[in-house]
Amino acid sequence: MLQVIGVSKKFGQKTALNSIDLNVSHGEFVSILGPSGCGKTTLLRILAGLEKPDSGKLILDEKDITQVSAHHRDVHTVFQRYALFPHMNIFDNVAFGLRCSRVAEPEVKRRVDEMLELANLSGQGKRTVTSLSGGEQQRVALIRALVNMPKLLLLDEPLGALDLKLRLQLQQELVAIQRRVKTTFVFVTHDQQEALNMSDRVAVMNKAKIVQLGTPLEIYEFPKCLFVANFVGNINRMDGKLRQDDAGRWVCDVESLGTYFVEPTEENKVAGQPGALCVRSEKLSLFSRKPSTVDNVAEGSIRALTYLGTHTQFDLTLKNGTGIQVFQQNTQKTAKKVFQAGDKVFVGWHTAQSHYFTGNQLQ
Amino acid sequence: MIQGLRYRRFSGVAWFWALSLVIAPLLYVVIISFMSRGAYGGVVWTMTLDNYLRIAEPDNLAILGASLTRSVGLAFVTTLMCVAVGFPLALFLVFRSGRFRQALFFLLIIPFWTNFLIRTYAWMVLLSDNGWINHLLEKIGFGPQALNWLFTPQAVLIGMFYNYLPYMAMSLYVSVEKLDPKLLDAAADLGAGPLKRFFKVIVPLCGPGLAAGSIMVFIPAMGEFVIPDILGGGTSLFIGNLLAQQFLVVRHWPYGAALSVVLMVLVGVCIALFEKYGNGSKEDLLA
Repeated sequence: MLQVIGVSKKFGQKTALNSIDLNVSHGEFVSILGPSGCGKTTLLRILAGLEKPDSGKLILDEKDITQVSAHHRDVHTVFQRYALFPHMNIFDNVAFGLRCSRVAEPEVKRRVDEMLELANLSGQGKRTVTSLSGGEQQRVALIRALVNMPKLLLLDEPLGALDLKLRLQLQQELVAIQRRVKTTFVFVTHDQQEALNMSDRVAVMNKAKIVQLGTPLEIYEFPKCLFVANFVGNINRMDGKLRQDDAGRWVCDVESLGTYFVEPTEENKVAGQPGALCVRSEKLSLFSRKPSTVDNVAEGSIRALTYLGTHTQFDLTLKNGTGIQVFQQNTQKTAKKVFQAGDKVFVGWHTAQSHYFTGNQLQ
Repeated sequence: MIQGLRYRRFSGVAWFWALSLVIAPLLYVVIISFMSRGAYGGVVWTMTLDNYLRIAEPDNLAILGASLTRSVGLAFVTTLMCVAVGFPLALFLVFRSGRFRQALFFLLIIPFWTNFLIRTYAWMVLLSDNGWINHLLEKIGFGPQALNWLFTPQAVLIGMFYNYLPYMAMSLYVSVEKLDPKLLDAAADLGAGPLKRFFKVIVPLCGPGLAAGSIMVFIPAMGEFVIPDILGGGTSLFIGNLLAQQFLVVRHWPYGAALSVVLMVLVGVCIALFEKYGNGSKEDLLA
């Protein structure tokens, strides 16, 4: 439906986008996730037509739209901080796009009213936009774009200005609306939780490139590089060197800590390569005595522990000085603490639960 | 508490300024408009309504009406020209001038460093039959003395436009600068072309600046008498000339003061009507 082919963009000396390829299919909800300055907003502005790419092509429904300017594109945007017109009321804001394309006034009224209903704002068209709460403004911004029935809806961190609770609620609303209108959504965010929550697929961007594109599960459980592993969720890192043991299995020697089984990708099976052994916090288990039931064990002590309701967060210092975090589900209803700060503990994990990154995966 | 005191002190300064420089002279004008003229000019302190009655005489009323119409027309055209050039200029300064923005804005202010009379006489030099503009036109092949604009209404308009443009441009600049560029992106995104963006988003949001700029141009332009004198050759009487004559030539101060009061009341009524029926936001208009 939407194809982005080799799109690049430079601002002066700074590369904002470096040969971006992306395919989005009809009705899909794709998030573009990345830290600020990674180029995600530039990509969105290029999709909207507010910025021209230096090279590359944009295809929308088999039509090349690279040179089509913003006001002639069937693409609409929900802007960061909404960009509602302060001199118009809700109705006129929502009707703006329809009136620009000279839709007859009775039809405008019908479609705007329909949208106001969708946004739970029925009968409030006369209110000024400055009198709205953040959540309401967000919904007006959404329907102002949706009322034009765009082929593609772009959302630029639309929930960024809201408090956490409202955000979670609006995330669900947004997904529900998307399911109803079946419009293709491209959603830009720097919030990994938001991306994982809402999207069919997530494109993780870093330094002007898409580093991984996949379902939320793929992105979280099978990150292709250290950056993705780090950016999406919590991950612990132990630096070591790769080696093949006597039985031919690949292991990682972590200095003054131990030797652990790892599963590097085929092209990275090079002995002697330095790399990072990574395990997510919730996949680590704590033991008070050295366990024999897990593939890998590291020794350390508890520096601090934080009770967080659903789980407890343990900050550990491993024997070699590396700091790691372990999350343990609070499955038991008990006031008794199994572990105390200062306790000597063992951390265990299965090899399949770990990641091993080396070479250019470390960038 | 300390803040409050400090504000009060400042408001004292503001009051002093307003009283001594605005209200007192105004009151003085109103008072002498009810006084008589001395035999050799000056003011004799005997109360009379003669000045106002004199204005109501048909001949004088005709002169007042004609010069007022001329002045309003000139002020109106000047304001239109200033908007027509000032708006694109302000937009250019804010959105397109990039790193030259400060420098260009500075250029807008520089003319104020020169005396207003000198600037206006400079236009006389430029526009005269043997002036620079005619020389330039001759150089590019328009023949000798192609423009005979000095002492014509065109010359007056050029002078007015030149002198009042910065006020309009600056007050629009302030408005345009406050405009969120995201709103223009949003309008483009929703299908508005450049013209629609200008008339549906920029103009309504710059309404206060436009109103303030128009008042800053229109009102002084209406009382202007020096530019029509210098560049128009004093061939037609504007309300400003009429007033200046009473004070400086005829030396009938009370009558001049009465004319001023009438003019002030008229302008006041106009602004009040504009505020009441105009669609601009009231509070910004005179702020």
